[in-house]
Amino acid sequence: MTEGSLVTDKVTSLIGQVSPPAILQVEAGAITRYADAIDDPNPLYRDVEHARKSRYGEITCPPGFFGWPIKGGGLEAGELMGKVLGAVFESGLMRVLDGGVDFDFYLPVRAGDTLVVYGKFVDAREREGRSGKMLFLTLEQTYLNQNGDMVAKARNTLICS
Amino acid sequence: MAKKQLYYEDVEVGSEVTPLAKVATTQMLVKWAGGSGDFNPLHYEDSFAASMMVGSPIVHGALKRAWLGHLMTDWIGEEGTLKKLSCQYRAMDYPRKMKTMTEPHEGDTWWCKGTVTGKRVEDGEHIIECNIWVENVKGEKTTPGSAVVVLPSKKRGR
Repeated sequence: MTEGSLVTDKVTSLIGQVSPPAILQVEAGAITRYADAIDDPNPLYRDVEHARKSRYGEITCPPGFFGWPIKGGGLEAGELMGKVLGAVFESGLMRVLDGGVDFDFYLPVRAGDTLVVYGKFVDAREREGRSGKMLFLTLEQTYLNQNGDMVAKARNTLICS
Repeated sequence: MAKKQLYYEDVEVGSEVTPLAKVATTQMLVKWAGGSGDFNPLHYEDSFAASMMVGSPIVHGALKRAWLGHLMTDWIGEEGTLKKLSCQYRAMDYPRKMKTMTEPHEGDTWWCKGTVTGKRVEDGEHIIECNIWVENVKGEKTTPGSAVVVLPSKKRGR
């Protein structure tokens, strides 16, 4: 197993880095397929007529959907995610699991919106788990819409072991 | 939907969020992979899942998070607004396999549940806080979390 701290100098040097912006087109069909995948029949996600009469005025997104794909949160842009995980794997860690997420929602996201997402590598902390040392990575995504307004923030935890 | 709208005055600390049942199937995981764009083989490849020490393909954490989103949006109705949603993926869940093109085998059903932990009016917004979770067939909370919502009030508009 791994010797010494998992929060290596290389990992530390990447903390605070922000990925270049990535564009997400929010398409009605992608919204409906996402809602179908979780068995959510809500007409706001599929019925244009219903949605236009609602207070949203347009097909809207289930919470956590900001256009397809939902993973990566812009961290693939500029290969920031690759650099972070590359540095993590050098410590001998092999497994990366999704640990959880915190969302703050500020404004609705509607079909036809164009979002920009910035990903940031926020923090790395070592913890002792049942099967040895684990590394918890915190990544933050900030989503803005075409008007420049912030629509949501997401904080993701990745657990590396 | 002709659902009754939930109002701030309908809810007290200790009130239950209307539970929502979900059945994870291998088919749902395929649909989720396509719908979300998460193509990690951990969720469909037996040997890869075994090599990652989870036994067999597991339910995506983000899919369970999406179930909790569904739990909350169903409960608060179209006039309610979800402000915060958090959860941790604490334990693995394993999907039912499919028996026919559309029917899964008998097996586990998961329940999305919640309870109200707080209510307050702040800057004119009627805010409700909840503990929420996904519960497996053994009653274990594999995905605990929390949510903050704004509900309409009967006293005045939103």
